[in-house]
Parts: sequence; C-alpha cells; structure tokens
Amino acid sequence: MAFRDGPFDQFKVPLVWTAAVVVVVALIASVLLILVDRRHDADADGYGPVRAGIDAGAGPLNGIFAAPVRWAGAASDYFGGYFFAVSENRRLKKELEELQPWRDQAIALKNVNARYEAMLGLRTEPVVTLATARAVSESRGPFAKSFLLDAGSDKGIRIGNPVITEQGLVGRIVGVTGGVSRMLLLTDVASRTPVLIDRTDARALLTGDGSGNPKLEFVRGVGAVQAGDRVLTSGDGGGFPRGVPIGVAARGIDGSWRVKLFSDRGAIDYVRIMLFQDFSQLVATDALNAAPLAGLATAPAPSATQAAAIGDAAARRARTPAAAGPGSARPQAAPTRSGPTVPSTATQVPAPPTAAPPVPVPAGGGAA
Amino acid sequence: MRRSMQVRVVGPLQWVIYPALIAMAATLLLATPVELFGLKLPEPVLPMVLAFAWPLIRPSMTAPAVLFGLGVFLDMFWGGTLGLWPLCLLAIYAVVLGSRNLLAGQETQVLFVWYATCTLGAFLLAYLVVSLHAGHAPSLLALLGQVIPTLLFFPIADWMVRRFDDGDVLFR
Repeated sequence: MAFRDGPFDQFKVPLVWTAAVVVVVALIASVLLILVDRRHDADADGYGPVRAGIDAGAGPLNGIFAAPVRWAGAASDYFGGYFFAVSENRRLKKELEELQPWRDQAIALKNVNARYEAMLGLRTEPVVTLATARAVSESRGPFAKSFLLDAGSDKGIRIGNPVITEQGLVGRIVGVTGGVSRMLLLTDVASRTPVLIDRTDARALLTGDGSGNPKLEFVRGVGAVQAGDRVLTSGDGGGFPRGVPIGVAARGIDGSWRVKLFSDRGAIDYVRIMLFQDFSQLVATDALNAAPLAGLATAPAPSATQAAAIGDAAARRARTPAAAGPGSARPQAAPTRSGPTVPSTATQVPAPPTAAPPVPVPAGGGAA
Repeated sequence: MRRSMQVRVVGPLQWVIYPALIAMAATLLLATPVELFGLKLPEPVLPMVLAFAWPLIRPSMTAPAVLFGLGVFLDMFWGGTLGLWPLCLLAIYAVVLGSRNLLAGQETQVLFVWYATCTLGAFLLAYLVVSLHAGHAPSLLALLGQVIPTLLFFPIADWMVRRFDDGDVLFR
C-alpha cells in the first residue's frame, strides 16, 4: 500500500508548527551558547577559532571601508593645516615655551630617580616595546565596545597587551589572530582595570558600563578622590604597567565617581600596543613553590626518640614555676635540626621546625 | 500568436537570504570607525527588522535558522556575549509568530507599536543577560543610543511586509 493511500494521506503539519519547532530548538541553542561563552577568560583558549576566523575575515574587509574615511580625514587635515598655519604656529610656540621648563625638570628628576634606583638596588620594570596598528572596525553598542586592529600575532601581540594612543590608555587585547587583533575598550561592560589616583596614591577599580565615562569603584579611603584628579594605571595584578595615564576623575549624573578619558580627546585611529608581559609570568613559579615552602606540608612525623624528648621537654615546661616572670632570664633552647618540636598536647600532628615554639630547657640540661 | 507569460516566483532567496545578506553588509559598513565633529555612526541591530517582518510575511523554517545565524554573526563581529543576539532575535520572532493572526492586515501605526514593544522587550532581555553575565549593569543612556536607531528602521520592516506578504502564490 502506498503511503498516500494510507491514513496519513491527508496529514499536513501547519507551517506555524514547524517554524515554532525550529524557533524552540534555536532558542535552546542560544541559551546553551550563553552558558558556555568564555569571552571574558584571559587565556587564548577562550577566544575560539570561529571568533578568530570572523575577525580575520572582517578585519581586511572593514579596512577597505575605513580607507576612504582615512583619506578624507587626511585631506581635511592637509587643507586645514594649510589655511590655519599661522594660528597653529602661534599656538605651538606658546605651548613650547610652557613645556621647556617642564622638560628641564623632567631631565633632572630622571637623573635623580636613576640614582635612587641604583642606590636602593630596585628591580625596575623592563622597557616595554611597542607595536603600531590601525583601527579598522568598531563596535560601539551598550553591550560590547571593541575595535578590530590590523596587527596580530605576526607582530608579537598577545592577549592581555595594553593599548594606548598618544593621549593615554584605551584598552587591552582580548583576541589575536595572525594579522588582526581585537581590542576591548576601557568602556566595555566587561572591562576592569586596576587604577590609582595620582594625588593620593589611592587604589580603585575602573569599571566600564558601556557609557563614555567608566566608573571608579572600590575607592579606598575618605577624600581619596577629588574632581580633576589624574587617574593612572596602578599595575596591581601585573596586567598593566604602572603609571599609564587614563583620565581625570569627575562626578557622574548619578553621583558616582567616573573618569573622563584622555583618549576621548581625539579619534581612535592609530594605536600602539604595548608588548607588555605580566610581570608575575617572569618569575619562576616552580622555584618559588619548591622547598622549603613545599616541605611545610610534608614534614615527617617525629620518631619515637624525638617524640619522647618532646614529651619530656613539655612535661618539664609544665612543671616550671609560674613565678618566672616575663622579666626573668629564661634559657632558650636552640632550634634543633634533628626534628620538629611539638607541644605535649599536640600528639600526632607534626609542626614545621620554624613554626614550633621555643622549648625551655632546665639548667641541668636534660637530654633525650 | 501565443504570448509567453512569466510567473515571478518569490522564494526564500528573495525574502530571507537577500535581506539577511544586506543586513550583514550594512552592519559591516556601519562598523567603520568614522568620527565627525565628535559624532560616530549609529549601531542599530538591523536583523531586528527582519525578526519582526519575517513571521508576518509567512511562517517558515528557514527564517528562524537564518535569524540564528545572523545573531551569531552579530555576537562574533561585535565581540559580545555568544548567544546573546540569537536569543533576542528569536524571542522577537517567537512573539510575532504567536501573534501573527492578530497582526495580519493591521495598519502601519499598529505594526509600529508592536515593533517598538518587541524591540524594547528584546533589548531588555539583552540588558538582563549582559548584566548577569558581566556582573555589572550597562548604562541606560548607552542602551538608548542603540534602541533609537533600531526603532528608526521600522519603515523597512513595514515595506517588507507589504512587499512580500502573499507574494508567493502558494500562500494566497
């Protein structure tokens, strides 16, 4: 019997139902994607190959769109510079006169600072090399604020590298492919940057919320911030070098402290990526975690002889008259290397040698 | 003399695929980093227009699948939370599909009210998801900066509904 002759020959599923099934399946897939999203992870694995592929394709394409805009801007600057050369020259001369004393002071302070560092034997941060890139695409919505840059791992750029303009810090790298990288702006809702207030050295966390002026949160101390204070990176956590300028503090409409970014003074076109490595990666963590620290948790249990000596010493200490006041001279036992010492009440738990309390030894010098 | 009669078939290519490609191209174009007198290009969520128009034109299995792809593209291209825009776009599609019988043949003003309601609902959903995911609520002013340009694209949705509704003889 053919199918069309059977009981299902008139059976038709309404299109609305089939569409609804697809919608439900797609909705479930969307929720699952949100749950497994690892955009905010700082490691390279969080930036999946699909994201990297789309960036690699969109970067050059948007570079084509951005090129005419850049040419128009350059032409406008050229004609503007031609027509306003005289006023520009006067302004620059005035600015130069103001900056010359600052330059002399900076040279003197640099010299003094270098002397102090040498005398104190400070371990200063290494010089950070820079890579230049051009912004080719921008997302400026409330839920994501980022730029695609036309330089990637081929220039040594890595995830976490800070990005600056001539004005100050603008963001950090969150994704890298061969020739394109994605920069997360300070204003993105997922951006968190440890900062300090230049005047008071107070620490805070710069938190983006999708608006043009990120918030200053977790400000420590009373009166630590005033309107107009310069905000710099603190370098806490090792993600950014210390002292990169960010902006000035200002009160927001909602009364919270916000930061007017220096990078807003001009368009973000050409940027420089600081090939800065988290300084915590520069030390050998294996060496830090090796003995004696590692030995603290694995100290051997005392032998029978040592346990007897410990018990004896503890018993003698318990019998010591309490009349021996704090000012009286009490003989101190030299820390023994033969094994750990534990209080008499501590029965089976071995304590580290350095952490054991000093055990008083009587004048007779009781030996174990 | 017998004259040949041409029958114009309006298939998914015309009302689903081409508009989706145009929306992607426009999104790419609007992402160009241009700043004139301190103003930047707007960033509307253009696929919301399609999410509203497609279920009104006709129910389809292709449209929600393409909508899902468009949402993933937006997440990837804008560098946002993966799955955010597919969820919001499909939420609009589901609501309009459910109220299709109510909206069929309505005036443009009524359609705009529904479009605005659906768009605001989708943005509210996105706001909640991002707040939960990032542990921090985005700025409402910044949100308005994306909602208003998206609302201004309603005429395209209205045009699509009038252009493609019953365009396929199979659905007359």
